[in-house]
Amino acid sequence: MIMQTKLHPALIAIASLIFLILIAPLFIILGAAVSDTPFLTFPPQGFTLKWFSNIFQIEAFRTTAITSLQIAFLGTFLALLIGIPAAYALNRFKIRLPSWLSNVFVLPILVPEIVLGFSLMKNITIGLQLPVYTTLLLGHTLLVLPYAVRVVGASLASFDFSIEEAAISLGCPPLKTFLTVVLPNISAGVVAAFILAFITSINDVSISLFLTGPGVSTLPIQILAHMEQFFDPTIASVSVLLMLLTVGVMAIVEATLGLTFLTK
Amino acid sequence: MTVSLTLENVSAHYGSTQVLKDLTLAVAAGELVSLLGASGCGKTTTLRLVAGFLQPSSGTIRLGDRDLTRLPAHQRDIGLVFQNYALFPHLSVRDNVAFGLKQRGVDAAERKKRADRMLERVGLSSFADRMPAALSGGQKQRVALARALVIEPPLLMFDEPLSNLDAKLRVDMRVEIRRLQRANGTTSLYVTHDQEEAFSISDRVAIMNAGRIMQLDTPEVLYQRPANSFVARFVGFENLIDMTVVERLGETVTARTRDGALLQLSQERLGAIPDRFILAARPDGLAVARDGSGIPVTLGIRTYLGRAYQYQCTAEGQSYLGNGSLSEPLETGDRAVLSPVPEQCCILPADV
Repeated sequence: MIMQTKLHPALIAIASLIFLILIAPLFIILGAAVSDTPFLTFPPQGFTLKWFSNIFQIEAFRTTAITSLQIAFLGTFLALLIGIPAAYALNRFKIRLPSWLSNVFVLPILVPEIVLGFSLMKNITIGLQLPVYTTLLLGHTLLVLPYAVRVVGASLASFDFSIEEAAISLGCPPLKTFLTVVLPNISAGVVAAFILAFITSINDVSISLFLTGPGVSTLPIQILAHMEQFFDPTIASVSVLLMLLTVGVMAIVEATLGLTFLTK
Repeated sequence: MTVSLTLENVSAHYGSTQVLKDLTLAVAAGELVSLLGASGCGKTTTLRLVAGFLQPSSGTIRLGDRDLTRLPAHQRDIGLVFQNYALFPHLSVRDNVAFGLKQRGVDAAERKKRADRMLERVGLSSFADRMPAALSGGQKQRVALARALVIEPPLLMFDEPLSNLDAKLRVDMRVEIRRLQRANGTTSLYVTHDQEEAFSISDRVAIMNAGRIMQLDTPEVLYQRPANSFVARFVGFENLIDMTVVERLGETVTARTRDGALLQLSQERLGAIPDRFILAARPDGLAVARDGSGIPVTLGIRTYLGRAYQYQCTAEGQSYLGNGSLSEPLETGDRAVLSPVPEQCCILPADV
């Protein structure tokens, strides 16, 4: 008979407590979102879905949600467009490149976002007088670039580059080799990078705070703005929808690649 | 279509380190030549230069009448077999083999036909629809071989193709490689660090050291008549004895070792002997006996080889490895003499 290792009661207690602390705020939001009161409260008093329908009544929520999705998709796309070739070069020519170079691509994560946002506003919005939408897109591209480089890079680190040489020796030109041989073999990394970058962009506040402007705003910024004027449960219901979006994306990842994939 | 491969005065650098020094090599049409040497000797660099993955700093590389030197790698039309197989993980075995045909614009039906025929030749017909991950190492290397052969390249190159396989499979595979290479008459360049592999598979072997070819010859010549002390040591002449001629009487030459021992050698059996030379001898080539003429030594450790005893011998700080007969075992510390067996010895020019 195999002896089952008993978990220490204290371990169970502490683990449960931490889990509760992590998950409780989400339930509070969920409760607050359905409360039939004109202000945010918990536990909920009564039950209503009118705050959810209220979101769709407010024009600003709809337009900022669209902007957020556009910026997230475009920014992530641009970041991958730069990040995949960068990750490729960093791995392929590792020996010939200086070792600090790969760290340059992580700088946007290391530098406090608030500093990054302020600096972008000062130099791009004010300095170069670029349109607000363009600046916002550039800011988000920069914000998610480290995810693209790092996650795709992790995939490339285990890629055997002699496969690429085999394709070239068989008559496949280098660019075509990259697209038809290298890319299919790092596709899982590209998908993971896309998801991480997309979620990061959709949830970003600090950079967007500086780079949004007249007529162009993102959903998280709109949530902040709304809360300053109305302290009603609409905020909670928007948050619930954002949570559902994230959970939905995660469910797709789990179903297709497995969640352990993201922590690899 | 069989053509020759020619490298003329090819030099290569990694940064400021010169890894190939004025290398000249000609592989005749249909011939299989191996580059043999320890890691860092430049053999893989040579292969990568011919493949087009590296650029030489000077010299020319030709395949038949085509100058490859500045041609991009994907236009060189060379079949490559890698040590780690390098199969495309996302393609089935059949699509792996058909990949080169696809690049050449062969239509789908013809591609399938030719890929399947090639898979049949390497005995993997029933694996055509599998993915590479589902194959064993030996099977993977067969697929890699089929993939390189199916494009009917004028030149085949092998980069340590058997190093990742176990011993038994290695022998089977090298016979297989030789069979297919012979059948197609494809000019081939084969890189390995394994002497047995190189000697068994090749028409000629180039033994390399420090970016230079030390000797390029048939395995038989390399094994029996190495041209210099590096090659001699490489093929198992463990005793390299510096000698100076003291007297010549007709074809009989008397020569002295550094520590003063005298040996009588016959030019009839060993070939011309210069005034200063190295007597190279395998352990079989130095007979250990209790008395007689030869180099006087003190015996060290004795090991049993089955066909003979082998002794580590020392004389005046020099050490030798010699074999003695089974009928007369000698003990550590005994005094004995070493006499050269001409058939197992050769004369090398003195190192400069």
